[in-house]
Amino acid sequence: MSPGQTAQAAIELRGVSKSFGPVKAVRDVSLAIPDGAVAGIVGENGAGKSTLMNLVYGLVSPDAGEMLVRGREAVLSGPGDAIRLGIGMVHQHFMLVDTFTVAENVALGAEGSALLRPSLAAARRALGRIADEHGLRVDPDAIVGDLPVGEQQRVEILKVLYRGARILILDEPTAVLTPGETDALFRVLRGLSAGGVTVVLVTHKLREIMAATDGVFVMRGGRLVASRPTRETSPGELATLMIGDHGRSVLLPDATSRRRPAVQPEGFPGDAGVHRPHAEAAAASGPRSTQHAVSLDLRAGEIVGVAGVAGNGQGELLEVLAGMRPLAGGRIGLGGREVTPAAPCDPAAMRALGVAHVPEHRHRHGIVEEFTAAETAILGYEADPGLGRRRLDGRAAERSCAGLMARFDVRPPDPRHLSGRFSGGNQQKLVIGREISARPRILLVGQPTRGVDIGAIAAIHREIRALRDEGCAILLVSAELDEIAALADRVLVMLRGRIAGEVPADADPETLGLLMSGAGRERDAA
Amino acid sequence: MRAGGTLPRWAELGLVPLLDVLCAFLAAALVVLAIGVSPLAVLRAILAGALGDAGALGYTLYYATNFVFTGLAVALAFHAGLFNIGGEGQAILGGLGTGLVALALDRVLPGWLLLPVAIAAAALFGAGWAAIPAWLQARRGSHIVITTIMFNFIAAALLVYLLVNVLIAPGSMSPETRAFQPAASLPLAHDGLRALGFAAAPSPLNASGLVALAAAAAVWFTLWHTRFGYRLRVMGLNPGAALYAGIPIGRMTVGVLCLSGALAGMVGINEILGVQHRLILNFSAGYGFGGIAVALMGRNHPAGIVLASLLFGILNQGGAEISFDIPAVSREMVTVIQGLVILFSGALAGFSRPLARGLLAFAGAALSRRAGAPASREG
Repeated sequence: MSPGQTAQAAIELRGVSKSFGPVKAVRDVSLAIPDGAVAGIVGENGAGKSTLMNLVYGLVSPDAGEMLVRGREAVLSGPGDAIRLGIGMVHQHFMLVDTFTVAENVALGAEGSALLRPSLAAARRALGRIADEHGLRVDPDAIVGDLPVGEQQRVEILKVLYRGARILILDEPTAVLTPGETDALFRVLRGLSAGGVTVVLVTHKLREIMAATDGVFVMRGGRLVASRPTRETSPGELATLMIGDHGRSVLLPDATSRRRPAVQPEGFPGDAGVHRPHAEAAAASGPRSTQHAVSLDLRAGEIVGVAGVAGNGQGELLEVLAGMRPLAGGRIGLGGREVTPAAPCDPAAMRALGVAHVPEHRHRHGIVEEFTAAETAILGYEADPGLGRRRLDGRAAERSCAGLMARFDVRPPDPRHLSGRFSGGNQQKLVIGREISARPRILLVGQPTRGVDIGAIAAIHREIRALRDEGCAILLVSAELDEIAALADRVLVMLRGRIAGEVPADADPETLGLLMSGAGRERDAA
Repeated sequence: MRAGGTLPRWAELGLVPLLDVLCAFLAAALVVLAIGVSPLAVLRAILAGALGDAGALGYTLYYATNFVFTGLAVALAFHAGLFNIGGEGQAILGGLGTGLVALALDRVLPGWLLLPVAIAAAALFGAGWAAIPAWLQARRGSHIVITTIMFNFIAAALLVYLLVNVLIAPGSMSPETRAFQPAASLPLAHDGLRALGFAAAPSPLNASGLVALAAAAAVWFTLWHTRFGYRLRVMGLNPGAALYAGIPIGRMTVGVLCLSGALAGMVGINEILGVQHRLILNFSAGYGFGGIAVALMGRNHPAGIVLASLLFGILNQGGAEISFDIPAVSREMVTVIQGLVILFSGALAGFSRPLARGLLAFAGAALSRRAGAPASREG
């Protein structure tokens, strides 16, 4: 596939640019995606992939350039126009009503009649037809909330196809899937492509690009820097294209840092950093995220990775340990202090005990978008006497934030820049910098590199390792198996709120995948 | 070309609200035209009535004082993500508190001691009245939008009961208390000016105007220069981050609403200690609700609230005068204008942002043309 000279392109962009204020998110991008192809778009976060797709989907309008859909010029004033032109988008976060059936979800928003029954019947017929055409089979009467994540995603795809999409954009579709479900998704995409649907896969995972696409477009700094037929390229080349010269070494797990032996607890006299959390919490957000009697211990100077498909209680575990969620039973021991349901500990008290927390959900918990960087950089630590004895000294906060920004390479290094205007990676560096600067004894980290560009990933990993080497105990929850493999000294796998097993850090992906999907269940008699 | 870009801060905070208000005035002008009166004559009458002489100006500032108190009350709570609609009731309780202190102690204490105690009582009663809905929300989850409104009615009923049955001056026909002794009167502005050697027309403007300015400064300092204010803003902007940071949301809710109620209660000192010198019915006169509009218009910033309060003071005072000059325009017309201001700067806030953007682009182009013109002539 070579862009620009195909007979009939499903989508063609000519010199498209888009700026947000001073930020040039997309600069002069021209590309053509052939009809019926599976095209990959890769790039670091902030490379402009999302903006480009939002332009194609009509969520933002371009400053310059034009777009052609099947050879005809298209000016989109909103997603409605895109849908009419047969362009559909499957978002990273599902937009489904859990308590509705598959058919109801598919018909939702496209009912086409005042009464429900005819539109449901139409949805059911259409589902049958789509199943025949593309081999995309889902029980129309299943309740969506009962389906595994992979099938929920299939419902999302069905929704889009039901609305007549012939061009399907998937934004980071595998973030929530197990390896097995990912393979199934790719088979579905192949089937769609064979049936004439054009698929655009936006991702930063090179393995997936190699496995699923016909052609790949590489973006960097808002520009389209390369396009390649997939079989003529390699992950190494793509990585280099994505970030310039040092792509390779960053992307592949660093062999030397990976196998470092855990620091022995005996090395830390008087159990200064040793603690044995034992959390038993019954969270109340649905059966799949409920936590049951999780026991684990975390020693000074080790990184314990928690692997698992998103939504199996890892997030709740972090929040319980951070004091954000009440403990339903059991106890958490932290050095000398014991936390029980009767003697709870709020996040501020946890911080005072030396527990720092990089939250999984950066926007929901970690930052305040309307705050300046300096204000966000003291969140949770605003009681620090270094920030003024009585009043809160904004200058002192800005000075310490400037130091943090220099150390963690936050860009732009301006403490007065609004937190919400930083790129995801820089926001994350701000949050991680804040928590690491507090010199914690225990660090709880959730998805430290979600939405973070590759250059920043390396820096964040380096900081986490350095903290471990100083004797901090670190609990790492990540959806990226590569990340867990690169950082963790041992790995716990969570499934349905339980620890499904512990494996050494060098366990092969198949073993992990089996544990994550529940096939290797041997400990829990349910 | 930066179409769709964000506006500079000064334009966002100054130009946009100004244009919003101008739009409201334009809409009001259409209404006035519709009843066959010249909008310019109405504008002239309002301005003359509100600012025409020192006495009118004093009245305007006296009204503005009340709006500053209630506007700050709403804004402070709003920064914490709390919508305090109970300013009216808290103002009533503030007046009740200050009135009770004055009645009890005005024959005992000298003015320099009595006034601070009476002011503190206004704050305390206002805070106490806000504390109940706050506690109900923090503990029981009953939403303060509902409970504070209900507490307005309870407060009004309580005042009627007390004035009719308990506090009424013996032998009086109207539900009001006896007049306070002079010790319980806040100094009036024109007396103060006269003592300094300036002649000033009498008006109800009194020392609580200075209290209002001090309150605005204190709210500004609290919000942006204290830990309490920092936590308050975290809570308002991102409750999830407040949970994450370990900010005690329940306790903060009660604390913030108490302060908010104390501010609203200050209306009581302006009205009761400053002007009426006795406890009467209906002295709160809608200032509690007006404060919501003032806070909206002032973008919840103390400086903006002071400016918005001046505008509302002008409308109140000018509106009171207008029916003398133009009989076709009644007092209610001013309520219409106030309503339009609320509509345009509240519900439609930022409605004139594209207009502001256009104006800025036009001004920018004009400036660069002027700067570029000599150069192009040379070339």
